[in-house]
Amino acid sequence: MVMTPSTKMFLRTAANVLNRRAFSTSRVTCAQQMTVRDALNQALDEEMERDEGVFIMGEEVAQYDGAYKVSRGLWKKYGDKRVIDTPITEIGFAGICTGAAFAGLKPVCEFMTFNFSMQAIDHIINSAAKTYYMSAGRISVPIVFRGPNGAAAGVGAQHSQCFGAWFAHCPGLKVISPYNSEDCKGLLKAAIRDPDPVVFLENELLYGNQYPMSDEALSKDFVLPIGKAKIERPGNHITLVAHSKAVELALEAANELAGQGIECEVINLRSLRPLDTQTIEQSVVKTNHLVTVEQGWPTCGIGSEISARIMESEAFYHLDSPIVRVTGMDLPMPYTKSLEVYALPRAEDVVTAVKKVLGARSK
Amino acid sequence: MLNNCARTLGRQANKYGRLYGTGNDVVSRMIPDFVDMSMNTISSFFATSKNNYATEASFETKPYKVHKLDTTPSTSVTCTRDEALLLYRKMQTIRRMETSAGNLYKEKIIRGFCHLYSGQEAVAVGMSGAMRPHDMVITAYRAHGWTYIMGIDPLGVLAELTGRVSGCSRGKGGSMHMYSKNFFGGNGIVGAQVPLGAGLAFAQKYNGNDGVCIALYGDGASNQGQAFEAYNMAKLWDLPCIFVCENNGYGMGTSNQRSSASTAYYTRGDYIPGIWVDGMDVLAVREATRYAIDYCKSGKGPLVMETFTYRYSGHSMSDPGTSYRTRDEIQEVRQTRDPITSFKDRMLSSQLATAEELKKLDNEIKAQVDEATKKAKADREIGLDELPADIYSQSLEPTIRGTTPWNGMPHKHVGVSS
Repeated sequence: MVMTPSTKMFLRTAANVLNRRAFSTSRVTCAQQMTVRDALNQALDEEMERDEGVFIMGEEVAQYDGAYKVSRGLWKKYGDKRVIDTPITEIGFAGICTGAAFAGLKPVCEFMTFNFSMQAIDHIINSAAKTYYMSAGRISVPIVFRGPNGAAAGVGAQHSQCFGAWFAHCPGLKVISPYNSEDCKGLLKAAIRDPDPVVFLENELLYGNQYPMSDEALSKDFVLPIGKAKIERPGNHITLVAHSKAVELALEAANELAGQGIECEVINLRSLRPLDTQTIEQSVVKTNHLVTVEQGWPTCGIGSEISARIMESEAFYHLDSPIVRVTGMDLPMPYTKSLEVYALPRAEDVVTAVKKVLGARSK
Repeated sequence: MLNNCARTLGRQANKYGRLYGTGNDVVSRMIPDFVDMSMNTISSFFATSKNNYATEASFETKPYKVHKLDTTPSTSVTCTRDEALLLYRKMQTIRRMETSAGNLYKEKIIRGFCHLYSGQEAVAVGMSGAMRPHDMVITAYRAHGWTYIMGIDPLGVLAELTGRVSGCSRGKGGSMHMYSKNFFGGNGIVGAQVPLGAGLAFAQKYNGNDGVCIALYGDGASNQGQAFEAYNMAKLWDLPCIFVCENNGYGMGTSNQRSSASTAYYTRGDYIPGIWVDGMDVLAVREATRYAIDYCKSGKGPLVMETFTYRYSGHSMSDPGTSYRTRDEIQEVRQTRDPITSFKDRMLSSQLATAEELKKLDNEIKAQVDEATKKAKADREIGLDELPADIYSQSLEPTIRGTTPWNGMPHKHVGVSS
């Protein structure tokens, strides 16, 4: 049977609607919409309420209500003791937060953006990540380093880059790169409760986006497991693995490809360390094709790591064609508006990659 | 007011010392005017003829220098016989332990880094004499002495240096990474411990107890940017942190005159008050620390303390320590300012102890350290199963990747408890 893409799409949509009517609960229809910003704020609020040892420190987190308003209202609610504005001295306050964590407190150390975390990377890696090992398990470091990460818009080279691969490289850290509101709430709460140092990479461009929040996600007990990926969209033809804003890109491409008869399985990594290799492998065994999608640089990136892991695993034998990485371009971000868009992967890059990988089959 | 009285008394005591010529050998070797008679014994109390020792004695310290403080620690200090014996024992143990560490390094049993504390003993020991159990400490890479002071026995230190299982970090940390209850290392990154220490002080304040944190760094680290960032926040938030600059004269091979635009380290907190103390005088350090703890716990915020001291060895074992300073200089300090010899002289001249007693104590310490050294050499290393242990306090991956995809190992939790 030959179907035009539009006929196929119509049938699928109809089937989805029927399915939803038949099997779905109130979850989808009644789900409340919430911005990523509010989900993060709710996570902070709930964890501060739950544990007296949790405090927030960073630039403009208190009286200014957060440079990106993630900590809005928390200073008014919890006061000077627990929501603390710092001077613009990243290595200093990252060190102070880490020291406080040595002593058993649970700091949430906010970097206004992760670009400035480079000033403080010594404390993240040498002080926070390694102390538990160096002390043979005597001193744990329950700290969260969080803030917006990745490319923003029109801010030039020093304020537009992804640190996912940098931090995911380091043993001793746990690294989270969430996508939507549910991810942000469930994983930030998990990060704060975790006894080890966690780097939590938010995305500035997603803060204002609204996503559905299930009743479960709205509950104070909603915690997502660190190190587990989520299948955002099931599919049989090819696996797209992405994190953070690139998940949006992968979903966009998957939508477009679905119209052309190609069913992508989209995996939202959620965590970069540990990396949920198992979920990726299982998907590859099913789809036999893999494309990784990220906004970060290609060299030694998350896609590189995933490719290497698949090469080393049984899943390799299930591949019908080589893995391809879709990444940001290998250059500093230009300010130039017309060029900036080409420095980052676009949905059409993903579509092209998928078609190339599927080459033989989708002629 | 009280402190002013103490100062007056101190000056008078000095005057009497000069008038009545009670100076001993140690004093007569002190050259600068301002230290004239400073180490003189003022008086010995309660001398008991039966045992031929005093139960308590008072001494005069060198004057402290202060920055933005209206009062100073007392220059007149009192020490009981028991306290003196304990201070002496601790200093002598560190000296012995470091000598032993130096030898183990030369025998190639200690690998990598090994920074000896010899010459600086009075700083750690003096401070410990004033600290309370809930006060916290973090120091730099020259950490052996402090580790012992914070409750790890010589075997725990020496076996850590030899990388064996009885080491306080089970041999996984090495020279710069030793820890104990309320002791947070040992840090191999010059200056990193300064904001970490401010963070420990932050936690003390947050938890609402009156504990302080003592954060130590050298004259080399004093120029690190993060030290100034930590000063700033500590003062803004009145953190109970004593920033201690152990000024031993050299950051590696760079003398402090060549590294620091101002060598008055006690003033370099600018808006943070500071104290200069003779770091070779264990009692002066103890007195200044008492003063500093009182200051910090009263909610006045941080304090900077410079302890003027000296390191006998090179920066590390690979540095003979003679290209940037003369052997004469080291010899001069050994003869005129050694913290152990000078304290011993005081104990003897004030009859807090007899030469025989101290000799006996020395032998006891030597035997103890020799025994620990023997054990540290003979001890075993932890097994291969501990290679992937305690990377995480809660590991989310059961297996840690090996050097190839086929030799991963299970993450294990061993966890030394404080």
